[in-house]
Amino acid sequence: MTEPLLKVRGLKIGATIYPPGEKARDIEIVHGVDFDLEPGKVLGLIGESGAGKSTIGLASMAYGRGGVEITGGSVEVNGRDVLQSGIRDIRRLRGAEVTYVSQSAAASFNPAKKIMEQVTEAAILQNKFTKAEAEERAVTLFAKLGLPDPDNIGQRYPHQVSGGQLQRCMTALALCPEPDLVVFDEPTTALDVTTQIDVLAAIKEAIRDTGVAALYITHDLAVVAQVSDHIMVLRMGDMVEYGTVDQIINQPREEYTRALVSVRSIEHEEKQPSPDPVLKVEGITARYKGTDFDVLKDVNVELHRGQTLAVVGESGSGKSTLARVITGLLPPSAGSITFDGRSLTPDMPSRPIDDLRELQMIYQMADTAMNPRQTVGTIIGRPLEFYFGLRGAEKQKRIQELLDEIELGDGFQDRYPAELSGGQKQRVCIARALAAKPKLIICDEVTSALDPLVADGILKLLLDLQKIEDVAYLFITHDLATVRAIADSIAVMYQGEVVRYGPKSQVLSPPFDDYTDLLLSSVPEMRLGWLEEVIANRKMESAGN
Amino acid sequence: MRIPIAALVGLFFTCLFFAMAIFAPFIAPYGMAEVVGDVWEPPSEQFRLGTDSIGRDLLSRMIYGGQTTIFIATAATALSFITGSVLGFFAAVSGGWIDQAISRFVDLIMSIPSLIFALVVLSVMPTTITILIVLMGLLDSTRVYRLARAVAVDITVMDYVEAARLRGEKTAWIIFREILPNALSPLVAEMGLRFIFAVLFVSTLSFLGLGVQPPQADWGGIVKENKEGINYGISAALYPAYAIAVLCISINLVADWILNRTTSLKGGRG
Repeated sequence: MTEPLLKVRGLKIGATIYPPGEKARDIEIVHGVDFDLEPGKVLGLIGESGAGKSTIGLASMAYGRGGVEITGGSVEVNGRDVLQSGIRDIRRLRGAEVTYVSQSAAASFNPAKKIMEQVTEAAILQNKFTKAEAEERAVTLFAKLGLPDPDNIGQRYPHQVSGGQLQRCMTALALCPEPDLVVFDEPTTALDVTTQIDVLAAIKEAIRDTGVAALYITHDLAVVAQVSDHIMVLRMGDMVEYGTVDQIINQPREEYTRALVSVRSIEHEEKQPSPDPVLKVEGITARYKGTDFDVLKDVNVELHRGQTLAVVGESGSGKSTLARVITGLLPPSAGSITFDGRSLTPDMPSRPIDDLRELQMIYQMADTAMNPRQTVGTIIGRPLEFYFGLRGAEKQKRIQELLDEIELGDGFQDRYPAELSGGQKQRVCIARALAAKPKLIICDEVTSALDPLVADGILKLLLDLQKIEDVAYLFITHDLATVRAIADSIAVMYQGEVVRYGPKSQVLSPPFDDYTDLLLSSVPEMRLGWLEEVIANRKMESAGN
Repeated sequence: MRIPIAALVGLFFTCLFFAMAIFAPFIAPYGMAEVVGDVWEPPSEQFRLGTDSIGRDLLSRMIYGGQTTIFIATAATALSFITGSVLGFFAAVSGGWIDQAISRFVDLIMSIPSLIFALVVLSVMPTTITILIVLMGLLDSTRVYRLARAVAVDITVMDYVEAARLRGEKTAWIIFREILPNALSPLVAEMGLRFIFAVLFVSTLSFLGLGVQPPQADWGGIVKENKEGINYGISAALYPAYAIAVLCISINLVADWILNRTTSLKGGRG
């Protein structure tokens, strides 16, 4: 066995937290983790948010982010314990031996400098290469990562390339100084599925060709299965399971790993369309003020009472704009919307109160959808007070009923949003929407910010509530697994147009148009060799490339 | 919760000054405009800080002067915050031409130096305390408006404000229930700084003779009355100057502490 490149023993990491209204206190977020990584191998770190995977990744660079402190254990890189090293040695380590690729390339690049300057910076600073050598290496890497026009792309500024390209530039940046180890921290999470697969393929190839070792951090087991040799499953700062990719996916030993592998267990029977559509969107064309192109082009969809219409597409396809048009935040330039048999006024402020009440919305980020200074009771109570004039005990009773419906128990009324977990926050938002007794709820990517197991719970809740309240959902998402789980009918959007629309069974069965095919085939599947297969069989490229 | 030493010092002096202002008639050994001794007597058992240019007890003048200065500054700050923040929030929530109209008008006022603006107004208007307060409050409200609008613009794009709009809430609800609670901490910290500027401003005006009119005492005015004494080595003019400096620094220390404390509530990252 070769000597490990990275040797982590008993790694303990602590942090100081500031719970609202209480004293700050120290907690331990990683409780003694051991692992080895051999040169040229890829280890996938997987877990839900709060599992400590990013923290462990950064600890291998001897770094603790924002108030996080490494409290115990050892991290050896190339045989040296970096936790005992002085700042000079650590400085030589980072950017030379270990480099880092972050989740959001857009936020990590300096917008005022050209890409080439940033990609070569570390290599030159660490005296690994001269400027000319570093630039030559960068161009080679650009080509290897499949970036268009590798000779000149370095002369562009970060905003002049697309998100997927920028993420690949960041990979080039990390590989440029010829490091021994690269830490990939959710490098494809912020990308569309159709873009993700290209970036994933590029990263995989670059890792293989340069022979670098990597820590690949993600919450998506299907993604990590494509690039890693080994997988470590983490939960709340503890290692749950460690094994080869094949073993983790095909014979998971632990209960928790099995849950991760078999997520999306929802069975949803497609309903037949009923005769009276609750929402009818006809010939909607819309553009934002001050622009000269249509974000939505002649969109026609229908949604029936108590059913779910999923609107799918990548970012920029106009799906959220459709929601803004329906809610009246963006009046369309042509077309009409019929809601529950009556025509909807295009702009929101002039709509009658009942139209506002019967059309509710749930947002992607539950954090920003709730006023941090209001308690759960106030948040859910306001629509009751506003629409139905409920006061006092009557209002309290209804709030408790709603809290029971969303499966939160007693004692939540007086909590602030900051005291809730991600899933609980989204549940409160659902309760706020339900409080208005709506006929239609627009769900804008409501599960995409959540961990898979939590998201699953939210989807189940939404389906149950649909049966009880007979409410229709317009479900906006980019995640086809979610669509399969919840939709009755599907509209696939591409560059402002609905390219495919119909009942779920029909939309998801062949023959496919090119875009739907791309979208469907891009959803990572949990089996080995999937990535190569898809790349080989594709008919078209994503618009994000 | 531990209060840092600097904030404690600031808190102590701030409270001391406010207490002296409130209880001035009970603390002051002599009346405000009472001539009790010779011109510029040195400090003694009888007159702790000596007497002023026409033989009034300087300590009593200082205490009453503090009352006037602090009262005017407090009232002006309150006025500027109420007008500035309500207008700022309203502009941010309304957006469009309403925002443009208010903002450009405020820019117009801000482009004229406040001191010159105040001097012009005061030279044609009678200099009463009410006019001083209103003038200072309105001039300062332009600064508060800028801050309040900037803070509110960040808040109005949050989903919870959009949710309130979609619910059909009125502008007043959005301003006072959704935005104000979230904008409070930067505004409270700013309030300390604006108060300091108000103290300096009213002192400047009085020093120039256009602020508080004699025989009413105020710190800027006491400096003005006694400034000739400096030529003869008499330090009467320095006491009010010290008082202004100490008050400003202590309020600054308190404001800093409030700002730090409120931002650390958000998780310690600020």
